[in-house]
Amino acid sequence: MAKLNLLLLAVLVACAIGLVTSQHRARKLFSDLEREQARARALDVEYGQLQLEASTWALHARVETIAARKLGLRAPDPRRVRVVRPEAAR
Amino acid sequence: MNAAKKQANAGIVRLPVWRARFVATALVGAFAILAGRSLYLQTARTDFLQEKGDARYSRVIEMPATRGRILDRNGDALAVSTPVKSIWALPGDVEFGTGQKRKLAALLAMDPKELDKKLADHSRDFVYLKRQVAPETGDAVAALGIKGIHQQREYRRYYPGGEVTAHVVGFTGVDDAGQEGVELAHQATLGGLPGSRRVIKDRLGRIVEDVESIRTGQEGADLTLSIDGKIQSLAFSTLKAAVEENRAKAGALVAIDVRTGEIVALVNYPSFNPNNRARLSGGQLRNRVITDLFEPGSTLKPFTIALALETGKVTPATMVHTAPGRMTIANYTIHDVHPAAALSLSQVIQKSSNVGAAKLALAMPSEAMWDLFQRVGFGTAPQLGFPGAAAGRLRPYKTWRPIEQATMAYGHGISVSLVQLARAYTVFARDGELVPLTLVKTSAEASGEKVLSSASAKAVRAMLELAVQNGGTGPRARIMGWRVAGKTGTAHKQENGGYAADKYLASFAGLAPVSAPRLVIAVMIDEPSAGQHYGGSVAAPIFAHVMQGALRLLGVPHDAPLEPIELPRAGDEAKEST
Repeated sequence: MAKLNLLLLAVLVACAIGLVTSQHRARKLFSDLEREQARARALDVEYGQLQLEASTWALHARVETIAARKLGLRAPDPRRVRVVRPEAAR
Repeated sequence: MNAAKKQANAGIVRLPVWRARFVATALVGAFAILAGRSLYLQTARTDFLQEKGDARYSRVIEMPATRGRILDRNGDALAVSTPVKSIWALPGDVEFGTGQKRKLAALLAMDPKELDKKLADHSRDFVYLKRQVAPETGDAVAALGIKGIHQQREYRRYYPGGEVTAHVVGFTGVDDAGQEGVELAHQATLGGLPGSRRVIKDRLGRIVEDVESIRTGQEGADLTLSIDGKIQSLAFSTLKAAVEENRAKAGALVAIDVRTGEIVALVNYPSFNPNNRARLSGGQLRNRVITDLFEPGSTLKPFTIALALETGKVTPATMVHTAPGRMTIANYTIHDVHPAAALSLSQVIQKSSNVGAAKLALAMPSEAMWDLFQRVGFGTAPQLGFPGAAAGRLRPYKTWRPIEQATMAYGHGISVSLVQLARAYTVFARDGELVPLTLVKTSAEASGEKVLSSASAKAVRAMLELAVQNGGTGPRARIMGWRVAGKTGTAHKQENGGYAADKYLASFAGLAPVSAPRLVIAVMIDEPSAGQHYGGSVAAPIFAHVMQGALRLLGVPHDAPLEPIELPRAGDEAKEST
């Protein structure tokens, strides 16, 4: 009887320790998850800021000014444009 | 002996037994009460202790929803929310170290005196020093470590498109809620829902367990508009140049993709910078394309002609007697700029004859005319989901007098918005189908509502192409490489119940390419006052420039020979009076 009780006690202790360990691991993983989620949010914010920056640099009016004034580019005369249609290319 | 006994007994005082029992009972009783109380707390009122326990480690955290971005059809950002800091102070608590006040003022780009003034008011316990500063500035302020100066995180909306897309996108207020335009129209999906949840935090403040979600939040959803940034920008710069060149009060332009009903460009001038909205006037804010009504003038004639064709009594070649170029109905005389003895239906459009249009209208029942106008969308606000969309004015046909029916044939006595006019023109582009409009990208073929027979719609389209040839009123609308069809309009502005003699509204509505229409563009210039005021000379060139650029950007195949456009010599051009 006593042996059985001792055995059960040992099992109980093992279970209890197991529970504590798994709980601890779950919490650790969860906090990792939280950290990654926070990082994802921060990256999303940064993406927004970069998108904003890209849009500001790529403003059509700005691109046009630089193309025309600095680089001396202009839209080609439609007569010098060849339109290639997919059917004809095959 | 007795004395000795007494002596011995004097050392031992015999206490009554009840006293010991009393103490024992009291102690046991006290323990019993404690045990009872704890039993009560542990079993009957578990929630109380639970709550106290939870309060040591569980926290409710708010999850603010970030406002969704607004993008154009190519994915370029038109509106983005990004976190910023607001700096606030508790005036009673503020203590500056040496030189700190100067540094703070410099960081916030404020005058030190202004800072003093804000902090001097001790009657208020909370004062914003500066709202919405860059996060880096916020960090720098925090690094100063001034007592009593705090900051909070907020969101600020940026509009990289600036004045080009201002009227479409609209803007949000300081609390990040939509106030105008698409920002207001799509507030519900863009704004999202803030949520909150209960979590367990550890000693270091890290969240280790999610206990429950109190309110499920939802991030604001991104919105992709039908606007094409490149066409929009081209339209804006062209319109701006034209308004300035013609010294006009204002201008507006809208471009519709005929196949999908998407609005690819919608511009207004004067405009405003949504990033800096100090000193704004209502005139700048108003979206003229959607909210302003005007009498369209001759741009409405094609509908009269289309209806005449629908009756089956006339063909494009039928001659209409228009001599002597004017016509009087009940004390009101209708004039033609180019009087002619008789004009074919095609020529009525080409030369923009008011008399011809009026005669055709008077030969038709007013109900049929009203019905067509109503079916092409005049008199009802377009279903755009856009705040402030105007319905226009189309009075019930039973109240029309003959003169009104006659003037309505050439676009007077009826008022429409520019977007209604452009939408109505999709009828000619889609062989009789009216397409529903959208400001949100769909990229799917839209199914229209049949309003005219395709034969009549095609016939009118051919007439509209004639109207932009030399000899018509709108030769300046032609472009190299694509066939164009459209109609000019030059309406007198209404003023104090009558028509102003010298204030005009020049307009042009048209489509291209004629062989397989892709775009409808409508342009309106309000009060051009630099000498020219005809739709053909003021509005048509804008149409041509934007149409050419847009067709090139969309990669629409050419359907006309690539030869330079030859414009008629000065004085040879047909003009219209409405």
